[in-house]
Amino acid sequence: MLTRRSLLAAGAASAIVPLEATWHTAAATPNGVFVMAKQIDDVISFDPAQAYEFTNGECDANCYARLVRPDTKDHNRVAPDFATSWEVSKDGKEFTFHLGNAQKFATGRVADAHDAAFSFQRVVKLNLTPGFILTQFGFTKDNCEQLITAVNARTLKIAMPKVQATSFVLFCLSATIGSIVDRETVMKHDVNGDLGNKWLTGVSAGSGAYQLTKWAASDSIILDANPHAEVKPFNHRVVIKHTPEPSAQLLALEHGDADVARDLTSELLKKAKTNPAFHISKSGQGSINYLALNCANPLFAKLEVREAFKWALDYDSIVNNIVPNIYEVSQSFLPVGLPGALPNNPFKRDVAKAKALLAKAGYPDGFEATMDHFNSAPYTDIAQAVQANLKDVGIKLNLLPAEKKQVYTKMRNRTFDILMSGWATDFFDPHSNAQAFCANPDDSDNSKLKILAWRCHFYDPELTKMVDDAVVELDSKKRLDIYRRMQELSNQRSPFIFMMQPISTAVMAKGVSGFVMGPVFDDTRYAKVKKA
Amino acid sequence: MIRRLQALGSVLLSVPITLFGLVLVTFLIGRVMPIDPIIAILGDHAREDVVAKLRLELGLDRSLPVQFYMYLNRLLHGDLGTSVMTSHTVVHDIGQFFPATLELATFAMIVGVALGIPLGVLAAVKQGSKTDHAIRVFCLAGHSIPVFVLGLVSLLVFYAKLGWAPGTGRIDVAFEGLVPTVTGFLTVDALLAHDWDSFWSALGHLMQPGGVLGYFSVAYIARMTRAFMLDALVEEYVITARAKGLSPLRVIWRHAFPNILVRLITILALSYAGLVEGAVVTETVFSWPGLGQYLTISLLNADMNAVLGATLVIGVSYMALNLLADLAYRLLDPRVL
Amino acid sequence: MSAQAASMSRRDWLLSENPASRKQAAWGRRYRLWLEFRGNPLAMWGLCTLVILIALSMAAPLIAPFDPAAQNLGNRLAEPSWTHWFGTDELGRDVLSRVLYGGRITLGMVVAVVALVAPVGLVIGIIAGYFGGIADRALMRVTDVFLAFPRLILALAFVAAIQPGITSAIAAIALTAWPPYARLARAETLIFRKTDYIAAIRLTGASSWRIILRHVAPLCLPSVVIRLTLDMSSIILTVAALGFLGMGARPPSPEWGAMIATARRFILTQWWVPLVPGVAIFFASLAFNLLGDGLRDVLDPKQE
Repeated sequence: MLTRRSLLAAGAASAIVPLEATWHTAAATPNGVFVMAKQIDDVISFDPAQAYEFTNGECDANCYARLVRPDTKDHNRVAPDFATSWEVSKDGKEFTFHLGNAQKFATGRVADAHDAAFSFQRVVKLNLTPGFILTQFGFTKDNCEQLITAVNARTLKIAMPKVQATSFVLFCLSATIGSIVDRETVMKHDVNGDLGNKWLTGVSAGSGAYQLTKWAASDSIILDANPHAEVKPFNHRVVIKHTPEPSAQLLALEHGDADVARDLTSELLKKAKTNPAFHISKSGQGSINYLALNCANPLFAKLEVREAFKWALDYDSIVNNIVPNIYEVSQSFLPVGLPGALPNNPFKRDVAKAKALLAKAGYPDGFEATMDHFNSAPYTDIAQAVQANLKDVGIKLNLLPAEKKQVYTKMRNRTFDILMSGWATDFFDPHSNAQAFCANPDDSDNSKLKILAWRCHFYDPELTKMVDDAVVELDSKKRLDIYRRMQELSNQRSPFIFMMQPISTAVMAKGVSGFVMGPVFDDTRYAKVKKA
Repeated sequence: MIRRLQALGSVLLSVPITLFGLVLVTFLIGRVMPIDPIIAILGDHAREDVVAKLRLELGLDRSLPVQFYMYLNRLLHGDLGTSVMTSHTVVHDIGQFFPATLELATFAMIVGVALGIPLGVLAAVKQGSKTDHAIRVFCLAGHSIPVFVLGLVSLLVFYAKLGWAPGTGRIDVAFEGLVPTVTGFLTVDALLAHDWDSFWSALGHLMQPGGVLGYFSVAYIARMTRAFMLDALVEEYVITARAKGLSPLRVIWRHAFPNILVRLITILALSYAGLVEGAVVTETVFSWPGLGQYLTISLLNADMNAVLGATLVIGVSYMALNLLADLAYRLLDPRVL
Repeated sequence: MSAQAASMSRRDWLLSENPASRKQAAWGRRYRLWLEFRGNPLAMWGLCTLVILIALSMAAPLIAPFDPAAQNLGNRLAEPSWTHWFGTDELGRDVLSRVLYGGRITLGMVVAVVALVAPVGLVIGIIAGYFGGIADRALMRVTDVFLAFPRLILALAFVAAIQPGITSAIAAIALTAWPPYARLARAETLIFRKTDYIAAIRLTGASSWRIILRHVAPLCLPSVVIRLTLDMSSIILTVAALGFLGMGARPPSPEWGAMIATARRFILTQWWVPLVPGVAIFFASLAFNLLGDGLRDVLDPKQE
């Protein structure tokens, strides 16, 4: 049992030290407690069937095992986790996973294939926001129990209702949604058939290194070591303190109130870099920031206008001056790091070319348009830089900054002109972004797929068909070739102007080691973190 | 006396009507927000089937009057709904966040009274002197500087540069969640638990936001005290007392001051109500996990149940304090009616 | 010499104990008030600061060294220097020029709010006070509801409900600022309604509206004006707070509160960027407060 006394005895602070001193000479977080300063107000629920934001995805990665994980060394493959090996039938429809027997839940029970089958069936039955990652394979609440089965305690069989590219299936299973929950504990907390969804909101029931002890929204998250974890973590407790102000995060780090600061701005990073007491870890994120033009507007129905935008922006200047170290230029729908991403950036600022394109489209004197964007930093700065860039080619841009969710609402209602937003990939596979930015089988208001292309009235049957072809292509090399071709076509035609990709950074005290951020947000592990 | 009671009755009668208006206005604002509550809950990536399912569940396909009726009905049963952000019931959240705001406001109030009243009395006694002018400028400055500017400067100077004050939040990480919650006031709970380390940590964290917020009530209280004292100092009995040769201090505190107490209490209640509101911005600057921050964050996230609940609580306490001030004034002050 | 004589005689004319005309008496009274006001150094300081601030804002296009919207991404967050007295902001824009132009927006918004609030508050208050009965009860209930709302929160919710921008911020603040004026006007009207003077006019058969517009409203005006001057600073602060919370003027418009909001993340590294507009708000607001305080001393000797 952890008490405050033990914390204090371990830490540098002591009750006898005079008042002022306890505030600041402490200069270290308590031993065995790893403290992160981070923005955590994105969390809605920690239930892996529902978790779909960054912070909870990251915590769940530490609380739950999955069949497979993204491979940190080779981004085109997955690595074993709960499943030690697997095979796929020739027709690509049947997956057999062989499970290890060292994963234990916090109750001490060994996780088995029945837990895995239960977890996946649970996701399909609940069908919450990220549920489509499994239901897109064709699972329904009626067929999932027949198709996802435990052959024995150590063997799980998944029969696909239809053919799917093997790598696609594996990458989907490596997402948070593929977390293995403790079926016995969860069903004890079933309320009105919610399969424990309400209960799992703020606790965890997995076999990961940690378990979620407490979540206070927009305040703090506390993870404690899973007593039966396969690998004992170095720190028995992880505290994630909600610190919305990036400058306050750096201060907390400087004063020893935190071990890691996660959301520093470019300016603060520059400052932190000069401090020899810190070191910085970086990792490219599977997200992309873009401008979207609404093709319902006759202006943007013209391909030349779309292209003019792509040549008008000064990508390098924006990234290097406004957001150095936290973004990199990335101009295709697949951010660098994702399988199949194009390595080169085709566009750069060329005012004359952009003007010529506008003239060709019939707007030699430019035009006026409105752009919605998030009202938070650094988006406000970037939007104003875009405004200045477009002014040079004759386009007068009116800015409409708004709360993130308001911008999303407007996009979904298709009532915008131009919009600047960002998109994080749903799972570590090119299909997620390809579908989002290219697939629009039905542009009507009753469409079943109202994803980004639909929201911009971008109706391109050829690209839509390529999305469908690629996702069932069993030859993974051929499959990646289709995605490369799609990115080239998209760069020519699409109303999306891809600008940059976020780089997540973590600034930590020199003594902290082993904190490695994964290629995707939901694969950052705390178990190996050590404090000097 | 009968006229007083009548006035009292009409004041009390107006409360439910005002409350209803409060609920109606907040509800309407919530419904015309340009944020789709479904998007607020599900986010940008949700697929169509999930969206449609939830819209039906929340009754958002019904007409506005029906939705308002449903909301009122639940409200009367003490159910404020569930917050999207915290996924707790709003009642639970208010129970958690409101004490933090009250603790902050109370601390600021203590600062305000401890400094404001002596300053006001001093200014009145030395009316027209340099001291009076200095106090006046000090008070007006308090009315003139935006809370967030003062808060940022205070963080810059006392936390970042000098290191005298602890950072944002209510308590140091090491003491997080160790004191059992009784009153919800961390300082009081720590004392009840005889936990001195937690107490000092919590008190330290109160200093900056409480001081910044307190400055505003100092300004207000000092000005009002000065005005009341000026009235009191020219009353006959004060002049008589002075003529009898009593010491000036005795005259001021024993004779003049008790006489302005009733009016002062009225002012204090009003000022406390102002503090509860003023906490909104202060809490944002100092990441103080109070109702103000809860309200701002839920407003920005279109978490309408939370917004309605928090506005209602702040509105009601604001009203209650105003009402108390009003009643105190009507019932206690001999000069009314 | 003769000019001085003329001015002396004008002073005498103004201070004459036996005014020859109504006009002379009125001007004389105003002059005496002015003399009293001038004797209050704090109020004079407020007035001068305000005049300077307004003049600087008006002359912004003439005196601002740079275009407030001109970006220079290569020179972001520069320290104060001879070229950029107050440094540059997050997009390399000159902070001094932006503060000067920002004055036009912030002070302009205050003027707009006042222009909206005073007539609305007056009309509602006078109608309630003059007619009494149901009109009074209904209007005062509405006023109470708005008074019961914490001001900033109502404004915040209102702006969030419509679209953030200068116009909606003005409307929101006006929406929250009128109730005290209505109460004030009602209280004053209740007093005047019973006076012989108004009763006499009523006897001449003047219509209610005529009495309200021509006789009651002018009587209520002075107290409303004092209250307004005192309120100006809180209006400025609300404008700034809305901007600070991202609900005010839209970029790239250099509204002071919005400038602080976008620059607050530099408080620990480039503190001058958020503090310069902060100081501007402080001075404007303090000037209004000192002016209002002085005005009240002069016009309303009984104080609160």
